[in-house]
Amino acid sequence: MADLSVEIAGLRLRNPVMLASGILGETGSSLVRVAEAGAGAVVTKSIGAEPREGYPNPTVVELEAGIINAVGLANPGIAAYVDELKVAAQAEVPVIGSVFGKSEGEMSEIAILMEEAGVSAIELNLSCPHARNVGAELGKDPETVGSVVSAVKKSVHVPVFAKITPNVTDIVDAALAVANSRGDGIVAINTVKAMAICPETGRPFLSNGIGGLSGPAIKPIGVRCVYELYESVDIPIVGVGGILTGKDALEYLMAGAKAVQVGSAAYYRGIEVFGRVVEEIGQFLDEYGYESVGDVVGIAHDEN
Amino acid sequence: MTRTRIVRVERTDVECSHTVTIRFQDESLARPGQFAMVWIPGLDEVPMSFSYIGDLKGVTVHNVGEATAALHDASRGDKLGIRGPFGRDYRIEGESILFVSGGTGAASLMPALEVAMGNGIRSTIVIGAKTASELIFVDRAISLGADVRISTDDGSKEYKGFASDLALQVLQEGSFDRVLTCGPERMMKTVVTACLEKGIPVQVSLERFMRCGMGICDSCSFGGLHVCVDGPVFDGKDIIEIEDFGVFRRSADGSREVIP
Ligand SMILES: Cc1cc2nc3c(=O)[nH]c(=O)nc-3n(C[C@H](O)[C@H](O)[C@H](O)COP(=O)(O)OP(=O)(O)OC[C@H]3O[C@@H](n4cnc5c(N)ncnc54)[C@H](O)[C@@H]3O)c2cc1C
Ligand SMILES: Cc1cc2nc3c(=O)[nH]c(=O)nc-3n(C[C@H](O)[C@H](O)[C@H](O)COP(=O)(O)O)c2cc1C
Repeated sequence: MADLSVEIAGLRLRNPVMLASGILGETGSSLVRVAEAGAGAVVTKSIGAEPREGYPNPTVVELEAGIINAVGLANPGIAAYVDELKVAAQAEVPVIGSVFGKSEGEMSEIAILMEEAGVSAIELNLSCPHARNVGAELGKDPETVGSVVSAVKKSVHVPVFAKITPNVTDIVDAALAVANSRGDGIVAINTVKAMAICPETGRPFLSNGIGGLSGPAIKPIGVRCVYELYESVDIPIVGVGGILTGKDALEYLMAGAKAVQVGSAAYYRGIEVFGRVVEEIGQFLDEYGYESVGDVVGIAHDEN
Repeated sequence: MTRTRIVRVERTDVECSHTVTIRFQDESLARPGQFAMVWIPGLDEVPMSFSYIGDLKGVTVHNVGEATAALHDASRGDKLGIRGPFGRDYRIEGESILFVSGGTGAASLMPALEVAMGNGIRSTIVIGAKTASELIFVDRAISLGADVRISTDDGSKEYKGFASDLALQVLQEGSFDRVLTCGPERMMKTVVTACLEKGIPVQVSLERFMRCGMGICDSCSFGGLHVCVDGPVFDGKDIIEIEDFGVFRRSADGSREVIP
């Protein structure tokens, strides 16, 4: 049986399959349940300074091969979320706190409170495609990305990952900024900016009009991004976008990701998907004679 | 087939001063207890249990706020978006079932009562409301041939008291293989507690604030379960230990609040 454990920026994970931010992560009890379902680590919903209701419904629309959402970063605010983190601490895997904010100062403060509440790492959401003045607005400018990462790095001791947006001309620019600011890793990709219109009513389906596309439709985009990132930066990459099966995860690993995150698949395959993807990765590695997950990381770049 | 499709309102039926049923053609296969996300274009999208599950489907709407008021005002030909059917359904088995409905809860229970009667299951339904003029689906239940018992909080019709109080009395009188209940959560908790004490399998239908309806956004989190995919119909024994049951729910920002 192949060794499925991985080490990423000093975090030891029992397997490389983490829960992606914003899926089943608004409450501590759900994070615990995802860990029980087999995930190697869980990432919280992105949490901000103040409570936020997000956009009115419809906030989600299902398409042929994906889902567009514009939930609008709904969250109870860090003060209330600390209670959820206490519940989440019962999970037997690392809990990673996802943070969004308007400024480096705000994000640093939230990160400090998360560290105090026991998270094993911070993930900076610099990439939400549908929230105004936060998220992608910050993440599009490499200079801002660099200063946010530096500020948060100075504020906490746990590893700091930056989740970056694919909705730019060249995803490498933001990644270089993360690496140069001593960020501990890159998470890619967040959702792809998208829209669906209802012909019968002549309106966009979502109340916000624009949203972010996730699910199978974006896997080739995510895999391409990770492949490009692997050629450009030396810090670890976590691949996310459209992973439903172990083979999907292997594409990301072979493109250069050290670990992966799974989100929308919780709809397509139920909450059991986390353990299933882990099993499927294990079976594949055994069948093809690899001894560990590490053996396949980045092999798509090998010449021959 | 759970993706959004646009339907036109075919008919609206007034059930009482604050509740109407909206009927529309939709060929999806819904089972009793399942729900739809109902999109009112330009306004909101809200979860609604199917109160009719054939091809001429129906949702029965209690006017409590902006979205439900808009549904109240809907008229023939209006366009609505429907997503679903979502969620788990009622288990309808045994020789005799007691249904316990409080307020709009009858909407979700009626299709289950229809299936039970169709399968020859002896069925008793307690229909409760605050006052006689707010009772819904009494005639529908009678015409199905069920044993219909009525409670009103103010005693304006038949039993005076909560539906759960009458239900406990009915449970003493007869023998039932299962109990299915939908209504105010504290009422359902009373029913669940009584049934579990007697060893009668009981299922409840819960409501929580919802966004996706498909098990990803965590808005309807309930002790690690999700009302949209693990429910809305739950086995009483699976949830009686959950701290939130009958006490807490989540608001739109995800914070925990006391159920009023
Ligand atoms: C599975 C399920 C089935 C339901 N079935 C029925 C039904 O058959 N008939 C019926 O009348 N009502 C039903 N409801 C409740 C109905 O969804 C709410 O009454 C409706 O969303 C209120 O919207 P509003 O804008 O009119 O009121 P608001 O003023 O927005 O809110 C009034 C109340 O409704 C709740 N609510 C608001 N938005 C939502 C939402 N998106 N999801 C859930 N609750 C919400 C609020 O917490 C508040 O308590 C069901 C709810 C769920 C979860
Ligand atoms: C409903 C929903 C909510 C999301 N919320 C967040 C969020 O709060 N923060 C974040 O960084 N990403 C968020 N995402 C993006 C996911 O973490 C992930 O990057 C994206 O969905 C692609 O992965 P998937 O195809 O496996 O879902 C959200 C995605 C969905 C579908």
